[in-house]
Amino acid sequence: MKLTDSLTAILILAICLIWLIADQGAAMQGINSAIRLMTPLLLACLAGLYSERAGVFDIGLEGKMLMAAFTAASVAFVTGSAWLGLVAGIGGAMAMSLVHGVASITFRGNQLISGVALNFLAAGLTVLIGQNAFALGGRTPPLAGDARFQPITLPFAPELRDVPVLGQLYSQLLSGHTILVYVALLAVPLTWWVLFRTRFGLRLRAVGENPASVDTAGISVTRLRFTAVMICGLLTGIAGAYLATGLSAGFVKDMTAGRGFIALAALIFAKWRPWQALFATFLFGLLEAIANLYPNLDLGLFTVPSQFMNALPYILTVIILAGFVGRAIPPRAGGEPYVKER
Amino acid sequence: MAAPGDMTGGRPDAAAPAAIELRGISKAFGPVQANRDISLIVPKGTIHGIIGENGAGKSTLMSILYGFYKPDEGEILVNGQPITITDSQTAIRAGIGMVFQHFKLVQNFTVLENIILGVEDGALLRPSLSKARGVLKRLAAEYQLNVDPDEVIENLSVGHQQRVEILKALYRQADILILDEPTGVLTPAEADHLFRILEGLRDEGKTIILITHKLREIMEITDNVSVMRRGEMVASVRTAETSPEELAELMVGRKVLLNVSKAPARPAAPVLEVRDLTMVDADGVERLRRVSFDIRAGEILGIAGVSGNGQTQLLEILGGYPEKGARVSGEVRMNGAAMPLSGRGCDARQRRREGIGHIPEDRQVEGLIMDFAAWENVAFGWHDAPEFSKGALMDNDAIRRDAQAKMERFDVRPRDCHLAARNFSGGNQQKIVVAREIERNPDLLLIGQPTRGVDIGAIEFIHKRIVELRDAGKAILLVSVELDEILSLSDRVAVMFDGRIMGERLPGQTTTGELGLLMAGITDTENTPDSAGIPPGVTQDALPEGSA
Repeated sequence: MKLTDSLTAILILAICLIWLIADQGAAMQGINSAIRLMTPLLLACLAGLYSERAGVFDIGLEGKMLMAAFTAASVAFVTGSAWLGLVAGIGGAMAMSLVHGVASITFRGNQLISGVALNFLAAGLTVLIGQNAFALGGRTPPLAGDARFQPITLPFAPELRDVPVLGQLYSQLLSGHTILVYVALLAVPLTWWVLFRTRFGLRLRAVGENPASVDTAGISVTRLRFTAVMICGLLTGIAGAYLATGLSAGFVKDMTAGRGFIALAALIFAKWRPWQALFATFLFGLLEAIANLYPNLDLGLFTVPSQFMNALPYILTVIILAGFVGRAIPPRAGGEPYVKER
Repeated sequence: MAAPGDMTGGRPDAAAPAAIELRGISKAFGPVQANRDISLIVPKGTIHGIIGENGAGKSTLMSILYGFYKPDEGEILVNGQPITITDSQTAIRAGIGMVFQHFKLVQNFTVLENIILGVEDGALLRPSLSKARGVLKRLAAEYQLNVDPDEVIENLSVGHQQRVEILKALYRQADILILDEPTGVLTPAEADHLFRILEGLRDEGKTIILITHKLREIMEITDNVSVMRRGEMVASVRTAETSPEELAELMVGRKVLLNVSKAPARPAAPVLEVRDLTMVDADGVERLRRVSFDIRAGEILGIAGVSGNGQTQLLEILGGYPEKGARVSGEVRMNGAAMPLSGRGCDARQRRREGIGHIPEDRQVEGLIMDFAAWENVAFGWHDAPEFSKGALMDNDAIRRDAQAKMERFDVRPRDCHLAARNFSGGNQQKIVVAREIERNPDLLLIGQPTRGVDIGAIEFIHKRIVELRDAGKAILLVSVELDEILSLSDRVAVMFDGRIMGERLPGQTTTGELGLLMAGITDTENTPDSAGIPPGVTQDALPEGSA
C-alpha cells in the first residue's frame, strides 16, 4: 500500500525534474497545463470516491460529465454567464445522478447497467439537443468573455515572480488558473476531512463496507447512499462545467473523451483515498500535457510517434486496471444493492 | 412437565413487570405464517432461552422485537409499557440490543468506530471517539469484555468480534440483550467464556434472550426456556424443571431418539483398504501421515478429531479431488482394485462410477449449488446418466420426477423441487445432499459432518438413513467433530490428530475422556481419566450429554 504510494510520488517527481532540467521553460508551461488537464479528472475521481465509498459503483461518471459540459456550455452561451453555466452543469449532472440513484438504490437495479445506460443517454442526448438548438453539428457556439471562467491571479503572484524556486512555482504554476481549478484542489483536503473526521464520513464509509451495520444502527441506508450519489453529481457537474467553460470554449460532441473512465482508473489507483486521488490524476494530467507538448518526442535514438504519446494516458489506465498497482480492495458492499435480511 | 401452551412455567417473580412481554404476535410473509399468535413473558434479570428447529420462527420473532419487521398483529410491552417498535432506532431507545448471528460490523473499521456508528455525539468524530474509549474501559472492567479499542475488526477472532457486538449493545445502554445463535461460530472455549459474560450481565440486572437450537446450551445457562415449533410458541418452562429429552420432543413435536438404535454390525469383506496414505500440500505441510485403515462392508468407521487434523484432506483424496499441488503417496484399494491417487484416474466423477458416494463437509460450497433448483442439485454428478438423458440432451422431466420422489422419501420440506437450494433450511439442504448420495446405493459412502448446522429432527432422520445403508451391507466412512455423533453411529472409532490415526477404539468400550485425550494427541492410555478430561476444542454440541 505504502509502496505504490511512494512509487507514484517518485514517478511524478522524476518526470517533473527531468523535464525541468531538460527544458525549464517548456516544463513550467507543461506542468501548468498538467494542472489544468488534471482538474476535470480530479473532480470526477472525487465524485466517484463519494459514490463508491458509499457502495454505489458509478461507471456513469463519463456521461454525467458530458451532460454537465453540455448544459453548462448551453446555458453559459444563452445567458453569457459562466456562473449560471456552472449551476446548469451541476443541475444536469445531478439529474443524471438522481436517475442512477433511483435505478440502483430505490429499485435495486444493477449499478453497472444503469451507469452504461446513462453514458449512452448522455452521448446521444447532448448531440441531439445541441443539433436541435444550435444547428452546429452537435456543438454549442464558441464561448467568449464572461461566458467562460477566466484565469485569476493569486495574491502576490506578480510580486513573487522573481523569488527563486518557491516564488516561481507559486506564481507560474499555482497562480493563473480559473476558480474551478482551485475548487478541485480544495476539494481534496475537504473530502479527506469529511470522510475521516466527521460523522457523515464514518457512516458513508460504513454503508459502503457493510450496509447491514448501518441499518441495524437505525440509520437509513437509502438516504445515505442517495446523499453520496448526489454529491457525486455535484462534483461531476463542476468537472463538466470546467471542461466546457474553463478548459475549452464551448461544448463539442464527446468532449469528455474517456475522462470519466480515466477518473475511475485513477480512483482504483488511489485505492479510494482522496490525497492519492490527487496524485493519480496529476500523473494522468502530466502524461496528457507531455503528449500535447511533444507530439513527436525525439529521444535521439528514435522518435516516439505521436500516436503513442497520445495513447499514454490510456496505456497507463490499462496497466492500472490490469492490477499492476497491487491489490486494490474496493469497498466491500460496492455494487450490491442493499436488501434487508433476517 | 409443561403441556404445550403453558405460559406460566418460568416466572420467578410475577409481581414485577416483565422486561419483555409479547401478546399475540403474528407475522406472515406471503403465504408463510412465520409467527402465529405468539405470547411470551421474559422476566427481568433472567437468561431466557428460545429454542426451536431451523425455520421455527425464532429469528423472525426477534427481528420483530428489534424493529426489522412490523408484526401483522399483536402487542409488545417493554418493562410493562406498551410500545410500537417501528425501526431499530426505536428498539435501541427502548433499551433493546441485538447480537445477530452474522455480525453487523464494518470489517475495516476499528472497534471504537464500530461502537460509535449510529450513536455519535455530534457531527465530528473526535469527541465521540474519546468518550467511547472511556466507556469501553469501564465496560471491559465490569464484564470481562476486553478488546483493544483501536484494533481493526478483521484482525480480531470471531469470539472477540462477538464481544464487540455485545459492547455495541451495552454502549447503547441496552438492558435487554438478544443473542441469535451466538455459539454457532465459536470454539467451545470461546462459548464458555461467552456464557460467563452473560451470567455476569444477568447478575448486573440485565435481561438476556438466547436463541439457539442447541439443547446443551439451554440446559447449561438459561433460567427459563420457551420452545417454538412451526411459528408457534408451544411451551415456556423453567429450565430446572425440564430435561433435554422433553425439550427435544417439544421442538420436534414427537418423541426424538437422541440415541441411535442399531443392531450390531455384521461386517463382511473389506471394501476400502487404505495403506500408508500420506499427503503433503502445496505449502510443503504434511497433512496426512501414513494413514492406514480398512472399512468392511456393513460397518461404519467413525473418524473423530478436532477439525483441521487431516480429516478434510482424507475425504478429498478418497472423493477424487485432492488439493491443488498436493503430493499424495500410499495405497488405496477399493473392492480390491488399486485406486489412482493422482493424475488422470484421480477424478471425482470416476470415483462415483466406481461406487463411491460422498456427502461433503461443507454442503453449501461442495455439496450444492445454492442458486440452482433442488431438482438440479439432486441430479448433480448423475446428470448424464442414461435415465436422465434423451440422446445428447438432458431429460429434465425425468430428472424432476426423480428429484420429487427423492424429496418425498427424504421428507425434504418444502417439497418443491423448483425452489433454489438457498431457500431451504440447513437441515433440508443437507437432506437434499444425503438423498442424492444415498439413493445411488454406493458401495462406499464418505460422509463429512453429516449434521453440522442441522436441526434435531433432521439429525435423527439422517442418522437413521446412514444406519440403514450400513445394514444394507455398505461400507461407511463417517468424519465428524461431534464426538457424540461418532460414538452413537460408529461400529469402530478411529481418532485423527495432526494427520495421524492415533488409535482405534470400539464405541462400547471407550469413554469420551479417552477419545478426548487421543484427539489432543496424547496416546498414553495408562492414565485414562474420566470424561472430565476432555481438552478444549472438543465439541459435544448439538446432541445432549450422555447420548453415548
